[in-house]
Amino acid sequence: MPKIIVEVMLKPEILDPQGQAVAAALPRLGFTFAQSVRQGKRFEIEVAGEPTPAMLADAERAAEEFLANTVIESFVVKVEQ
Amino acid sequence: MALDTVANAAATPDFELPFAQLGLKEDEYAKIREILGRRPTGSELAMYSVMWSEHCSYKSSKVHLKQFGEKAVKSDALLVGIGENAGVVDIGQGYAVTFKAESHNHPSFVEPYQGAATGIGGIVRDILTMGARPIAVMDPLRFGAADAPDTRRVLPGVVAGIGGYGNCLGLPNIGGEIVFDETYAGNPLVNALCVGVMRHEDIKLAQAHGAGNLVVLYGAKTGGDGIGGASILASETFNTAKPTKRPAVQVGDPFAEKVLIECSLEIFAEDLVVGIQDLGAAGISCATTELASAGTGGMNVQLEKVPLRDPSLSPEEILMSESQERMCAIVEPSKLARFMAICKKWDVTATVIGEVTSGDRLHITHNGELIVDVPPRTVAHDGPVLTRPMARPEYLDSLTPTSLAPIESAADIKAAVLKLMSAPNIADKSWVTKQFDHYVQGNTILSQPEDSGMIRIDEKTHLGIAISTDANARWSYLDPYNGVKLALLESCRNIATSGAKPLAITNCLNFGSPEDPGVMWTFAETVRGLADICLEMGLPVTGGNVSFYNQTGKVAILPTPVVGVLGVIEDVRTRSAMSFKEAGLELFQLGNADDNFSGSEWAHLHGQMGDRAPTPDVDHETRLVKVLLAGQKYFAAAHDISNGGLAATLSEMVIKSGIGATISIPGEVVPGGLTGALFAETPGRVVIAVKTDNVAAVERIATDLNIPMHTLGVTGGDALVINGASIPLAELSAAYTETFPRLFG
Repeated sequence: MPKIIVEVMLKPEILDPQGQAVAAALPRLGFTFAQSVRQGKRFEIEVAGEPTPAMLADAERAAEEFLANTVIESFVVKVEQ
Repeated sequence: MALDTVANAAATPDFELPFAQLGLKEDEYAKIREILGRRPTGSELAMYSVMWSEHCSYKSSKVHLKQFGEKAVKSDALLVGIGENAGVVDIGQGYAVTFKAESHNHPSFVEPYQGAATGIGGIVRDILTMGARPIAVMDPLRFGAADAPDTRRVLPGVVAGIGGYGNCLGLPNIGGEIVFDETYAGNPLVNALCVGVMRHEDIKLAQAHGAGNLVVLYGAKTGGDGIGGASILASETFNTAKPTKRPAVQVGDPFAEKVLIECSLEIFAEDLVVGIQDLGAAGISCATTELASAGTGGMNVQLEKVPLRDPSLSPEEILMSESQERMCAIVEPSKLARFMAICKKWDVTATVIGEVTSGDRLHITHNGELIVDVPPRTVAHDGPVLTRPMARPEYLDSLTPTSLAPIESAADIKAAVLKLMSAPNIADKSWVTKQFDHYVQGNTILSQPEDSGMIRIDEKTHLGIAISTDANARWSYLDPYNGVKLALLESCRNIATSGAKPLAITNCLNFGSPEDPGVMWTFAETVRGLADICLEMGLPVTGGNVSFYNQTGKVAILPTPVVGVLGVIEDVRTRSAMSFKEAGLELFQLGNADDNFSGSEWAHLHGQMGDRAPTPDVDHETRLVKVLLAGQKYFAAAHDISNGGLAATLSEMVIKSGIGATISIPGEVVPGGLTGALFAETPGRVVIAVKTDNVAAVERIATDLNIPMHTLGVTGGDALVINGASIPLAELSAAYTETFPRLFG
């Protein structure tokens, strides 16, 4: 079933203490591959049937007004099969 | 164009810089050119623009604030006065206390959580910078109408931000205020006060002395926080390839700040710094120019050494970044290794970014190119001083007296008390305060909703301090000169009601636009009133903060001068709580009520403002404070009468206690009748609960000091009974506690 996905990330220039904490923990646990980490959140939204352009527009608006804090966060809306 | 160097600036005198977009006026830009003898570089312009802003330079308020110096109280208690990061007061036994309030109003409107959180972070670093361990915070808050949709957005965010940051730091939040008024819609006031303690010998100052000493930046890395203004410079004139406009919002990390506090205190304990400054507004621009101008004057800084979170930052942006959790220390070279070792232990990034010089200029280079060459004093202290036009606002001539129906029947009394106690300005605030940690560190003696917050300083001697913040914006609106005097007197009364002796004050003056002559007049009257009352009460002003432009269009906020009073109590075990714990106690009112309802909550509930603030009676208040301190050992409880009048004070006492009271008020003794006695907010009054055995002793103290003492009734039962009107505690308590969950839950 295809879903609408909203991914919310702190804007690149905004401090991300959680991501920093993860980045600091990785090498401690033996994972040395990472240079930096930023953490965000992902919403998986199920809809009845195929997401329509109108639904995506609604999701866009919901993200703008509610799911993301656009003062400090950016978001992308997409469909995932 | 790449880097705008000093040489480049000298060679291209006609190059247009966007000074107006950075908030500088034409004459201010001309003055910068005159100081430098050439056009400023982009970096220099960034520094001047932010340091000469209203927020950093106090350009509109300076001419008025100098009264605090002219009318200064000679006080032995004041160890460090106005001008440093925070004032320091001697509280005895070798202890020094530093406290200060600041505003974070606008950021909290834009992004409530982070705005309020970084407000706490900033004021805590100010206190830390003095060499003190921060021990408590308080938050005086103002919001638009309680039921307005935007208040539902702003208030929960602000409260969560204060709690989120303060709780993570392990700092108890011991009080503050929450007031609603339509004028704060769009302009919420988020003031934060922090108090810290140290030994006298541990006081630190923001000075860069000693040529050859090193400038060390430590704490969080520098990112693109809070540099909306500077990005104009960077992105629009010098490097058009810049991606986004930088946000004006800063995000804080309380755990980084906690580590910074402990790291700094360990550094201070080993005496490793010559001077220290926190990085707040204006970031590195502010820290370097203030340190240098308070010291010998010269400093070299290599900007490329600043550790960056975002490598794309331009030099202008690095200078202006308001990234949180950063400090700047001046360290002797011989002590650097130890300084660095302590930072390493705490996992704090520390970098030498420059050195103090014997010259008198601040030189900042970026990869070897000179981009700033200024006399630091001209940036930090010689900003513009404006004498803005002032005019007594016209509204003062069209105020109308209150017209309120008297309350007589028992049913009327009950309905009125329930209505008052459920009003958002009076109702129980624990929906808010329970989100704050009150008792962490284990030294909190009193916190919200007590009259003042009280903290134990010494576990063996039981020495403690009390702090209260107060503002009565409606009285300041009606009479700015007397309004602030009344706020200070109330704050002193709150301190004394708890059993502490008022010692010093700080302030946070929140006003509309200084470009409005009416606002400016109100501000000037407020400063005059505050300076006068401090002189009259013998209380030194330790510092303060001015927040202008709290205004949307033509609507300014009510003038809101928040006053914070610090008191000292020899033995915290002798304090008085606001509520009694047993039945059979006698209740008295100290002081008289009158019939002036102007500015009261009762009038506000009827959509009225009234026409005149009460007249401050300094002599009466001084004697009342003496009665409170002398009588303290006889009081089973003491609670100030202020917002909501006697009715609110009695209700708060019985609700907190869970034990009722039977009150009898002979209406004819008060000019305002029963309504005045219950709902007028006449200052200079306190309710006390006293055991019958102690009544004679208290009466003697009150008589000796000529303070009227009126019998109100006795404690007991499960209702608050006022002149025959019985209000069951359950009903009263429900009215009081249901408002906030209903509005914000």
